Amino acid sequence: MKEQGAGIELPERKAGHSFIQEVQDRCGENIRLCYQCLKCTAGCPTAPYMDFNPNTIIRMIQWGLKQEVLESKAIWLCVSCEACGTRCPNEIDIGVLMDALREMSLEQGYRAREKGIVALHNAFMASIRRGGRVHEATMLMEYKLRSRDYWTDLIPGMKLFMKGKIPLFPRRINGMDSIREMYRKALKKAETKRG
Amino acid sequence: MGEIGDVVHSEDYIYMCSDPGQLLIRNAIREEGLEGVVVACCSPSMHETTFRKAVKSEGLNPYLCEIANIREQCSWVHRGDEELATQKAAEIIRSVLEKMRQNETLETLTMPLTKRVLVIGGGIAGITASIDLADGGYEVILVERQPSVGGRLLQLSQTFPHLDDARCILGPKRGEIANHPKIKVMRYCEVEEVKGFIGNFDVRMRHKPSYVDWDKCSACGVCLERCPVEIPSEFEMGLKARKAIYTWAPAGDSGKPVIDRGRCRHFTDENCTICEEVCPERAIDYHQQERLSEERVGAIVVATGYDLFPVEMIGEYGYGKVPDVIDGLAFERMLSPLGPTGGEIRRPSDGRIPRDVVFIQCVASRDPERYMPYCSRVCCMYTAKQAKLLKRKVPGAQPYIFFMDIRTDSKGYEQFLQQTIEEEELIYLRGRVARVFREGDKVTVWGEDTLANRKVEVHADMVVLATALVPSQGIQDLAAKLRATTDKHGFLTEAHIKLYPVESPTKGIFLAGCGQGPKDITDTVAQASATASKIQALFSQDVLFQDPLVAFVDPEICSGCGLCVHVCPYEAREMDEYRRISRVHEALCQGCGACIAACPNNACELRNSKATQVFGMIEVFEEKRKRGSVNEGTRSGN
Repeated sequence: MKEQGAGIELPERKAGHSFIQEVQDRCGENIRLCYQCLKCTAGCPTAPYMDFNPNTIIRMIQWGLKQEVLESKAIWLCVSCEACGTRCPNEIDIGVLMDALREMSLEQGYRAREKGIVALHNAFMASIRRGGRVHEATMLMEYKLRSRDYWTDLIPGMKLFMKGKIPLFPRRINGMDSIREMYRKALKKAETKRG
Repeated sequence: MGEIGDVVHSEDYIYMCSDPGQLLIRNAIREEGLEGVVVACCSPSMHETTFRKAVKSEGLNPYLCEIANIREQCSWVHRGDEELATQKAAEIIRSVLEKMRQNETLETLTMPLTKRVLVIGGGIAGITASIDLADGGYEVILVERQPSVGGRLLQLSQTFPHLDDARCILGPKRGEIANHPKIKVMRYCEVEEVKGFIGNFDVRMRHKPSYVDWDKCSACGVCLERCPVEIPSEFEMGLKARKAIYTWAPAGDSGKPVIDRGRCRHFTDENCTICEEVCPERAIDYHQQERLSEERVGAIVVATGYDLFPVEMIGEYGYGKVPDVIDGLAFERMLSPLGPTGGEIRRPSDGRIPRDVVFIQCVASRDPERYMPYCSRVCCMYTAKQAKLLKRKVPGAQPYIFFMDIRTDSKGYEQFLQQTIEEEELIYLRGRVARVFREGDKVTVWGEDTLANRKVEVHADMVVLATALVPSQGIQDLAAKLRATTDKHGFLTEAHIKLYPVESPTKGIFLAGCGQGPKDITDTVAQASATASKIQALFSQDVLFQDPLVAFVDPEICSGCGLCVHVCPYEAREMDEYRRISRVHEALCQGCGACIAACPNNACELRNSKATQVFGMIEVFEEKRKRGSVNEGTRSGN
């Protein structure tokens, strides 16, 4: 009869019970408040491509399924549009939560199940650090180098280039000092957290 | 309709029952000097009274106002065929016009009114209704079949949403009914027979023998200690034993004791007399006999309450097989400071304090295929409350709650639930449990969390089932005695869910509490007060007015066969032995027509529904058929 008990064994959840606490401490959101209305998933533009819906991610955190959450595609496919957090009736800012999960995933060395996604994120962040806004050409180049995936989307990329959608030269913004300051603060914070 | 010869005025209006609608009727009566009014609208049970009042206010006899119901058997059933439905509506109106032509002016009957009330059931509903009525100045007889009053509320611990102790709600009220000069409490007593009708019910009560002289008994409790027989206590939901001589509730709540004749060794063959010997007041009386008493009352409140669904019937939850699977009421007893465990949470099997406790909601509720289709309304809230109290009593305990939906349908409930989930870290799992079984000293629960789309398995220490509420045992018998109706689950039906929610269709019978349908304490008390208010309105008159639409006898034709006397369900027919004809008690007659159907020589008729009127109505349809413009479908509908 035991074979049916392939489900999660819930009292054992207590061993992983620190996970919800860890996440809550990290993002400052009260994840227990979720009553699964699914408003977040309903409004999420990338939910159809996620392996777990945003509400399921919350549920899995409640169950302490740490590895599955931190290795999921979902946390990386989130585009931080904040529709979920804006609409959540319990004021859980899921965008912030997703950010925290990505940080935890990186820090603790989990491998995301979406290929190249971490490289894309890093390229994106580096591009902003350089110019205060994304410069597509250098960002894409950096991404290709980091992911070592040189050929994917090459033809659409060429088409975009021909139409002038990928400018050759980056345009800097005015408030570069502020950008640098933001990066400095954020990195310092991350440093102290790790250390 | 205006084309019919004697119709001088016809009017169409969307809400004829509203004030402006009624004004149209009244104006027409005044201006055109109408001698009768036919209103084509919904069922007469809805608004006949409304229209008759309107007609009366213009000086026209109210019984010259008739309703042509073109809703239930016409517009509602011929939804797809508007043309034919309209034709049929016209025929219905014509037929009622035909009846109207022969209507008599009638005067309302008056009959005496006994301003006393019988309240059946001594739970919070019965107690509240009794106090309200007695405070209003009316005499109340409160009948309770158990040896003491308090009902199910007496078994509860703390109540949602404010966590008031059940005793704090009930205690003062119990004291009040015990000392109220207008309330006569009959404990350990059941309704045996009910005769008569609204205003004058003759009720016979059966006082069960307690074998204890309650006047002498000082409730010292010595007999309870010394009695050698032990039986699982019904009050403690089997978590504790009681003796063969017992009080209904535990000490501190106790009324006077009674002897369970079926289990007492005096009455079985052993002739034990221990309780008689130890009683310092010499109150034990083995020779006490069942006693009947009669009371005349004007109205009856039925507040019979609920039982829990016999959950042994649901095999997969293991109730009855696994000792640590209990129902919600048993858990209430554990939470109660006067309960079998003195307020400690201890599981039945080994008395250990449980850590992981699974609560299962909707046990037998909302299951139309196998059990009860309805929602029992209190389980979502009491489960959250029980989980909260568990966490307070057992720090570190983890409640798991399996649910289908969470229903928090009253003031402050949703906030209570959300606050509880937040503060107590409850785990809510959406999905029904597949199986509960014993594994070592644990109770394993297999289920599914449909929100995470995963199977889950909980190794729990105890399982609490939120079992469906069903009407209390014996409700069908009682309803039959009262001539009140019940639905297919045994809940008493109300006259109209919105217009008359606390009245039974049987006049003079009022409904309060879970006997009418599952509800929480708040609603029960509100409903009980509503019955009291309705009854006080009824009793504000000196006499009772009754519709004169009753049977009458043509003394020239009646042969005195007496068939009508036998068929009358209301005992309204009687033989006049001197004149050898049958007589009608107009006060008792409800105009059901049974005697009219039974009378072999048509001596018996119903006022304003005489045979000539009914046949006249039928002829209207017959004429139409002969004219051939009504097709098959419509005719069969008639």
